[in-house]
Amino acid sequence: MAQTKSAKVLLTPIFANNPIALQVLGICSALAVTSKMETTVVMCIAVTLVTGFSSLIVSAMREYIPNSIRIIVQMTVIASLVIMVDQILKAFLPEIAKTMSVFVGLIITNCIVMGRAEGFAMKNGPMMSFLDGIGNGLGYSVLLLIVGLARESLGTGKLFGVTLASSVNEGGWYVPNGLMLLPPSAFFLIGIFIWVLRTFDKSQVEND
Amino acid sequence: MDQVEHFLSLLMKAVFVENLALAFFLGMCTFLAVSKNVKTALGLGVAVILIQAITVPANNLIYTYLLKKNALTWTGIPSLAGNDLEFLGLISYIGVIAAMVQILEMALDRFFPPLYNALGIFLPLITVNCAILGGSLFMVERDYNFADSCVFGFGSGLGWALAIAALAGVREKMKYSDVPDGLKGLGITFITVGLMSLAFMSFSGIQL
Repeated sequence: MAQTKSAKVLLTPIFANNPIALQVLGICSALAVTSKMETTVVMCIAVTLVTGFSSLIVSAMREYIPNSIRIIVQMTVIASLVIMVDQILKAFLPEIAKTMSVFVGLIITNCIVMGRAEGFAMKNGPMMSFLDGIGNGLGYSVLLLIVGLARESLGTGKLFGVTLASSVNEGGWYVPNGLMLLPPSAFFLIGIFIWVLRTFDKSQVEND
Repeated sequence: MDQVEHFLSLLMKAVFVENLALAFFLGMCTFLAVSKNVKTALGLGVAVILIQAITVPANNLIYTYLLKKNALTWTGIPSLAGNDLEFLGLISYIGVIAAMVQILEMALDRFFPPLYNALGIFLPLITVNCAILGGSLFMVERDYNFADSCVFGFGSGLGWALAIAALAGVREKMKYSDVPDGLKGLGITFITVGLMSLAFMSFSGIQL
């Protein structure tokens, strides 16, 4: 029983209750990094870890946090974790850290992290909260990776910097779709992703 | 005269060319969630302008006089002079933002009750708005001085407010259109934002 519950907590956020597509959380810091797969993957790992560990820590402390200052405490926990991620990236992956510029710092205000800390971790045990955090991070990653995949492969004909289809400029046949590298394409892709998701899962359709 | 021109071009750049919402995807969560009608969108927009115009210069002072490398030289204490506290940046900015929001909330409540009532729940929400933190981080990354950061803070807030008001206007009209089931609500909003962002891109490349 416990087994299935953990699995459920971990897996529902990925498709059934995707944080971006259904809960409208955490779109902010994410879209700008999806024009290249490399940065997308780094961002996904960073967000998943930060969400998981912040949920774990907040949940472990939840008995001791006075209700009136809980937001500040959660913020501090999240900010400390993000600083760690930021420092690690700067030390080991300076190139990628540079392209991601301010967006690593913006994980702090990523609503997914805050939302899970506030909505789940304050009410549940540390282990469950950790799984919930990781699950939501993965749900976020799935969407980000799909968007990143589409943007880099269609936009440049490359993947992780490796040429898939050589572009016209380099004497090949593929005409890169420049729109994919520009910010608006990320919005279109997510819009389409939501459309597909909701066509298969009718219960998510909004009726106003 | 040169000075005025410089500030004017910085302002135009912050409002249109580098619009926080449409070019950098900042503040998306609130951007999508609170844009259902023009009135609330305007209220939130005003709140963002206020907070942004206060926090960016405040964070600029903190960065220049406390955190930057060799920033503590002014204290005259030799052991502090060479300190580089930049890694504390994220946590201090978010602290400043949270504190500023709280102070502004209390001040408005005391001195301008009508405005306070109009802004309502939006003020506390702003703490986790990535546009605010993003503004401060961009200010640090681009090395703005104090005067620059005042202009940039105001301009980027204005740009964000403009974008959310425009989106709310579009969404109000959209109630009358026949949208496919799966796209209703969030999906079509994403596509709309994509198109708006495309329109705003026509500003890029303008040299002032």
